[in-house]
Amino acid sequence: MSGNMNLTLKIWRQKNGNVQGELVTYPVKNISPDMSFLEMFDVLNEQLISEGKEPIAFDHDCREGICGMCSMFINGRAHGPKEGVTTCQLHMRSFKDGDTIVVEPWRATAFPVVKDLVVDRSAFDRVIAAGGFISANTGNSQDANALPISKFNADTAFDAAACIGCGACVATCKNASAMLFVSAKVSQLALLPQGQPERYRRVQSMVAQMDSEGFGNCTNTGACEAECPKGISISNIARMNRDYFAAKICKEEEVN
Amino acid sequence: MSKLNSNIPEGNLSEKWTKYRSSVPLVNPANKRNLEVIVVGSGLAGAAAAATLAELGYKVKCFCFQDSPRRAHSIAAQGGINAAKNYQNDGDSTYRLFYDTIKGGDYRAREANVHRLAEVSTNIIDQAVAQGVPLAREYGGLLSNRSFGGTQVQRTFYAAGQTGQQLLLGAYSALERQVGMGTVQMFSRHEMLEVVVIDGKARGIIARDLISGKLERHFGHAVLLCSGGYGNVFYLSTNAMGSNVTAAWKAHKKGAFFGNPCFTQIHPTCIPVSGDHQSKLTLMSESLRNDGRIWVPKKKGDDRKPNDIPEEERDYYLERRYPAFGNLVPRDVASRAAKERCDAGYGVGASKMAVYLDFAFNMDRYGRVEANKRGLQNPDAATIRALGKDVVKEKYGNLFDMYQQITGENPYETPMRIYPAVHYTMGGLWVDYNLMTTVPGLYALGEANFSDHGANRLGASALMQGLADGYFVIPYTIGSYLSNEIRTKNISTEHEAFAEAEKEVQERLNKFLNIKGTKSVDYFHKRLGKIMWDKCGMARNEQGLKEAISEIRELKAEFWNDVRVLGALDEFNPELEKAGRVADFIELGELMCIDALNRNESCGGHFREEYQTEEGEANRDDEKYAYVAAWEYKGEEARFELHKEELKFEAIKIAQRSYK
Repeated sequence: MSGNMNLTLKIWRQKNGNVQGELVTYPVKNISPDMSFLEMFDVLNEQLISEGKEPIAFDHDCREGICGMCSMFINGRAHGPKEGVTTCQLHMRSFKDGDTIVVEPWRATAFPVVKDLVVDRSAFDRVIAAGGFISANTGNSQDANALPISKFNADTAFDAAACIGCGACVATCKNASAMLFVSAKVSQLALLPQGQPERYRRVQSMVAQMDSEGFGNCTNTGACEAECPKGISISNIARMNRDYFAAKICKEEEVN
Repeated sequence: MSKLNSNIPEGNLSEKWTKYRSSVPLVNPANKRNLEVIVVGSGLAGAAAAATLAELGYKVKCFCFQDSPRRAHSIAAQGGINAAKNYQNDGDSTYRLFYDTIKGGDYRAREANVHRLAEVSTNIIDQAVAQGVPLAREYGGLLSNRSFGGTQVQRTFYAAGQTGQQLLLGAYSALERQVGMGTVQMFSRHEMLEVVVIDGKARGIIARDLISGKLERHFGHAVLLCSGGYGNVFYLSTNAMGSNVTAAWKAHKKGAFFGNPCFTQIHPTCIPVSGDHQSKLTLMSESLRNDGRIWVPKKKGDDRKPNDIPEEERDYYLERRYPAFGNLVPRDVASRAAKERCDAGYGVGASKMAVYLDFAFNMDRYGRVEANKRGLQNPDAATIRALGKDVVKEKYGNLFDMYQQITGENPYETPMRIYPAVHYTMGGLWVDYNLMTTVPGLYALGEANFSDHGANRLGASALMQGLADGYFVIPYTIGSYLSNEIRTKNISTEHEAFAEAEKEVQERLNKFLNIKGTKSVDYFHKRLGKIMWDKCGMARNEQGLKEAISEIRELKAEFWNDVRVLGALDEFNPELEKAGRVADFIELGELMCIDALNRNESCGGHFREEYQTEEGEANRDDEKYAYVAAWEYKGEEARFELHKEELKFEAIKIAQRSYK
């Protein structure tokens, strides 16, 4: 089943990280409104392959909005025009016949382009490796119900933990700041009793790593929260800042 | 002597694991530091194993094809994880979880493995909470549980509809902690393309750096495959686009037997296919069956809107056929029942290949409870519905949003349309009690192995098994092998076996690019998927399977003559990656059909039309088929040879599975 939308796509093509890229125009025809944005890309890639042209590289995996792999900057917005969804969950019914759609990769110094629309987000892994965990070796745990946690704290921690690490916050921020991502993990663990022993050490290590990766600072524009497909709240940044300042002022000796 | 030795410890079923764990040989900490372990895959099984082995002191290398280990497909599991905690005081126990799992698997799983799984299930919840995984809680601060299919107790722990995500991020954070300490070396965007076997033992892998395209040689004293399932052989499934069988298939061709390949799980509640462009199917969590009622119109071809069809003209067919379990029958039973209704002409929606999953009844039930709590006297229907809607929203909000985004329909107002879709594969590499394959030193964990779910997996058991294997089984059982390897020095990757394996991989990759055919990789994948779904899907028969085998052979020949893979070897090239995966899926597809044809019975997800009861239920043949079919690869010509591992049931009386 094909549909009746005809579109003009302007897509960023870049062979690899060492060469210049450019926007290339591709027309696509007979697009169905029921297709996802990535399925429209599948159609385009099939078309390119049949013409003997190299298909467009883009990151994607689960296609149900949870793995965080897909990452397209569509008409100037991370994950496109619809709020609260990732690119893979954006459907063509959000566009009109005849539209021109510009698709670019995430742009940030800390996310270098790998190819076309694919970028390297391994900086996020290194931030987590710096402290985004609770040091609990396998087998050391007490009974799960031995430590009651208020529903409010558990739910608020969960809301922060819902981050999928896609990087839309960084891509959309004019400073390419990763504060929303980092603060979501800091908050999740700071809200839980299990996270207390390493609370101040954690925030300092993670922020230090974040800075060393070349992410910018936060200037409170709130763009990250507006574009986050999982609705991660900017209040996490406030919570992180509070812990960070507390650590620097009162608790620094605990973290060397 | 049979070639298969499952190495199940002697003794009473309930004491086997405890005794074995206390007597399995150990490796002293100084020696652990000299032993290297390769882990392929970073999902629940892989991340848990890599982190835990590193905590123990082993040197670990972990590989994943995604850009970050956090993206492994375990992340997409929605509903929950089972554990025999009996927090609800509703009669749960280790034995009951064990029994439910064996019965749910239609008596085709190994008792000793399943009992061990049930035993360690409780440790998993403790571990996850200690890591800061925010599982759902009640107002008293204690953990909450929900019901899942195939059980009559509430033992499923959850984090909204994102349980897999939260558990994986827990394991991922443990893994990253080790990466930060330098005990795990992480290789993201790397794909394993060959196992290196030296003197009969797995000693390493060949991996391709997906960014540079370079082939790399990695040595390990042991290799753990935690590479997930092969549902994408059907092209359309709930698996992620990248999920593949390649690692397991390479191992199979290097001597690891493949167990029960035809056992695939068709999940009953997925969003129906909307058109040819479709690239994947989206699951609606089984937990929705807690609060939804499944029905079709009683009249054939009824075109009225669902809300216009009065109560007495609806057929709640699961409640009608299976009064004891109702909407919570296991997945295989629910899927077949939906197919039966649609095939008989009662399906709904434009394609008529869907049934309704309706929340109205339970929204009203919750609404009345809420109204009572708030002391509202005689609330009207609209108030009740609004209050109930809020409760449902809190439980399943993200799933309802996902449904609306994909279908354009509002499931709070109109019932969801659902249809079964490929979801999970119970089959996988054959492993013994230690999780070791038939190649010494080569292990398979999680969905990649065949061991715990028999012919049908119960909901919320995949997360349990992945984490059990990674956190609590392999760290002990690997000792029985590695304790004999402490004198094995690291083998140089200049060894001829490495060179040979790399050369094979290189030649194969060259071949893909040099075919220069006319059809894309996806074209072949879609055709394979259609053959598999039509002839080796929810229902199978002898004739169809024989046709499928010959069609797949033709497809394979065509693929190797006419596939078009553009781009180069030494660059990021997703089409090249896909070509390798689809080539392996084609070969696996044939083996699945061979296995399905061999198994002249119906059990769990394997439904052979010739073998059904008068009521249309699966007709198992315990006399002839109470065995694991483990297939050995014998080369291009001789193909596959069957080995049987007899299943002995000592603790459970094998019986016809009834949910009536």
